[in-house]
Amino acid sequence: MTSISLPIPKRPVHPTGVWSWITTVDHKRIGILYGVTAFIMFITGGLEAMYIRAQLARPAQDLVSPEVYNQLFTMHGTTMIFLAIMPMGAAFFNYIIPLQLGARDVAFPRLNAFSYWTFLAGAVMLNLSWVLGGAPNAGWFGYAPLTSSAFNPGDGIDFWILSLQILGIASLAAAFNFVVTIINMRAPGMLLMRMPLFTWMTLITSLLLILAFPVITVALIQLLFDRQFGTNFFVPAAGASPVLWQHLFWIFGHPEVYILILPAMGIVSEIIPTFSKKPIFGYPVVVLSGVIIAFMGWMVWSHHMFTVGLGPVANSVFALTTMAIAVPTGVKIFNWIATMWRGSIEFKTAMLFAVGFIWLFIIGGLSGVMHSSAASDAQQQDTYFVVAHLHYVLFGGSIMALLGGIYYWFPKITGRLMNETVGKINFWLVFIAMNITFFPMHFSGLNGMPRRIYTYDSGMGWDLWNAVSSAGAFMLGAGILLFLYNVIKSARSGEVASADPWDGRTLEWSISSPPPEYNFEQIPTVHGRDPFWAQKYGGVAMVPVAGGSGEDGGHSIHMPQPSYWPIVASIGIFIGGFGVLYINAASWIGVGVAVIGSLITMIAVYAWSLEPVNDPDDGAAH
Amino acid sequence: MAQESGTEAQGAAVHSGHPTPFTYFKVAMTLSIITAVEVGIFYIEDLGKGIIPILVVLSAAKFALVAMFYMHLRYDSRIFTGMFVGGIALAISVTLAILGLFQFFV
Amino acid sequence: MAEATAAIHGEHEETSTGLNNRKLLMWAFLGSDCMFFGTLIATYVVYQGKSLKGPFPIDVFNIPITSVSTFVLLMSSMSMVLAYAALRQGNVKSFRIWIFSTAFLGMTFLGFQVFEFRDFVHEGLTLKTNLFGTTFFTLTGLHGAHVTLGVIWLLSLGFHSFKGGITPDKHLDVDLAALYWHFVDVVWIIIFTVVYLFGVFPGIN
Repeated sequence: MTSISLPIPKRPVHPTGVWSWITTVDHKRIGILYGVTAFIMFITGGLEAMYIRAQLARPAQDLVSPEVYNQLFTMHGTTMIFLAIMPMGAAFFNYIIPLQLGARDVAFPRLNAFSYWTFLAGAVMLNLSWVLGGAPNAGWFGYAPLTSSAFNPGDGIDFWILSLQILGIASLAAAFNFVVTIINMRAPGMLLMRMPLFTWMTLITSLLLILAFPVITVALIQLLFDRQFGTNFFVPAAGASPVLWQHLFWIFGHPEVYILILPAMGIVSEIIPTFSKKPIFGYPVVVLSGVIIAFMGWMVWSHHMFTVGLGPVANSVFALTTMAIAVPTGVKIFNWIATMWRGSIEFKTAMLFAVGFIWLFIIGGLSGVMHSSAASDAQQQDTYFVVAHLHYVLFGGSIMALLGGIYYWFPKITGRLMNETVGKINFWLVFIAMNITFFPMHFSGLNGMPRRIYTYDSGMGWDLWNAVSSAGAFMLGAGILLFLYNVIKSARSGEVASADPWDGRTLEWSISSPPPEYNFEQIPTVHGRDPFWAQKYGGVAMVPVAGGSGEDGGHSIHMPQPSYWPIVASIGIFIGGFGVLYINAASWIGVGVAVIGSLITMIAVYAWSLEPVNDPDDGAAH
Repeated sequence: MAQESGTEAQGAAVHSGHPTPFTYFKVAMTLSIITAVEVGIFYIEDLGKGIIPILVVLSAAKFALVAMFYMHLRYDSRIFTGMFVGGIALAISVTLAILGLFQFFV
Repeated sequence: MAEATAAIHGEHEETSTGLNNRKLLMWAFLGSDCMFFGTLIATYVVYQGKSLKGPFPIDVFNIPITSVSTFVLLMSSMSMVLAYAALRQGNVKSFRIWIFSTAFLGMTFLGFQVFEFRDFVHEGLTLKTNLFGTTFFTLTGLHGAHVTLGVIWLLSLGFHSFKGGITPDKHLDVDLAALYWHFVDVVWIIIFTVVYLFGVFPGIN
């Protein structure tokens, strides 16, 4: 019953078509939306990289101006991290977690939809900067005072700030959802220490997200205020310290890199046991190492600042903590290898990517350990050695695992298998190209080539390495296109997949491919880890919950209904963001637009709170 | 989780585990008194830097009272306490670390 | 079966922990908001005493007045908790009185803030003036924004109750708002001590 009558439209009931996607609250559809959007952004970031590598292929080129070059590497980094890797992880969280938990959906389906649409809003806003005055150009970590309005008067940085804030809202909403879902919506018998490892890593990642994002939210507010309202947070002339920006950014930024890698490690921890036909070796240790990494991830941030002049005490402390964090990371590697040991290994494409991940992540980890020594980092900081390191862990690590995850879960999502022959070519092409692209950067970096330079002179000893890297980059582009081809071709005409094409271990393989809207006709009861495997080979049946709805073939299962409010709330944020962005330039118009945007969001949230999860008189037959 | 032993403080509680309005009132009075003490101590200028630990303890006491009684943490699941205390502990640690890095304690 | 950690109140939800999803969400949010305010407070403290020119805290702060507004906010927490208790006991009228009182006390606090800010501006302290102005107005302004959202939430609940929208079985809706409100109060407790009391006490800076 409402005490204020708003002209609230009737609850949407579209089962098909564009509107059904716009109003969906189904975690599986939202996962697909995230995945497709993230992949488009991955291609965008890849094109930005292609420009960069084309420009750097030879010395003294001017394919792009220095100004555009700065925008390219800034957008490449920001896009890959916030618009590609994180949302791709979110795609998997969304699709897979409820299935692995034995749940019908996430805890807050509309909040889930909201987080997708808000992510889309942030992605669109950031990319609009290209055509609205110039993209941000101060690097993906936007150091002050380069980002101040004095040194950066255009709108680019404001686009960066507002987009990241909007993306932050999206990430936070999703993370809160998954924390509650994983803690509270597990199937009966699924104790925390019986959960699949991907679910565990998602829980840890989500906890990291909700604690780390507020820090960058504040830092970005402070930077925005400096630019729009003339405050002094990072203004040296007022006695402020630009180093404070670095601290706040990296206090967020270091947990952020664990946010980027832990889901990938979770995926690998699913693939390897499946294709070794063995349970993960040392499950509790793998869980504990994830927890320890998340915990210690808060203690290492200033290793990004070894050359700022924090002093020998600070540098030593952070060097030690950084070296220490390599331990739980390394432990996982041994767990994966031990899982494969004496297993019955099958090298399907997903498994190739998982094993490739281990190899490439080790290399990235080793260069990371080299960075952990403040002394050697003084040589390596801000050179291509760092670029090599970060691409080994982010591409060789996160992306390889995500690609493997797509090969692994594609049959579940689409009901068709990806082509294995193309897959193997895909893997080798990407694996080899990745090394050709990024390995030489260790050398150019140690030979002194700085990051973020738009060109270089011949004869510095960098020519060969850059040429090789650029060739590799184009090969890598081809590899990704091949992947895209495999995805599209297989979705259309791939071999039809059964519910359990890989002889899997976890609950998602116990339901059809693709799953019905309600996931499980009957919620299973679980008695240990790898419950589906235990049922198939251990004689431990997953007896469904007695009296649980669904005995009539799913007809009496009431799923949460679609809703308009999540996308409306996101639209309000998008509009509001633009308003704030232009406050400096358009003063009261900017404020007005910001207010209108906020009102739209507030009305949407109000209507959302009054709307029941399921409308009793929906009329739809379920 | 075992039942919290706070129930003996409930007196005439209608449901077990619910503080009475009188408990809330007592908490409110305690909060007011502590605030008055804080403001009172504030005028003892001779304390110098010694006032810092005193005010920190008093503020922490107010914080704990509101959290435990008004926010019901004393009577609710430890999971809630864990989430809240986790956030607080991390915020305090990071704040102290930043201050250390800015030579605040030198 | 499921590991049940049911709240002592006898509420038991059909969830893995026996706890309500929305309540769990609110506590996760509050933990997260601790980091938000922690970062703002850290920034304030880092820059404390570093302004190159005035006005400084000692020039503008009025501890007696701010003590009153602090007291008002503390009392609003008490009225909030009484509102919740009244609802649980089935007394919707009493609930309404207490929740509107809470909102009123919250608005009083905001009124004090507005007057204080205007005073400071008259004395030459703005967001742009120096590090103190920048960090002070941002921290307390964002806190005030949290209070404002809270007041709107409480008023909504109050008005909703007129048409029978809030009944004893919907106590969770009020509980969630109450948790948020108390959080906003405890943040102020910290701000009052760290910013105001430490700000002007002689011998600290």
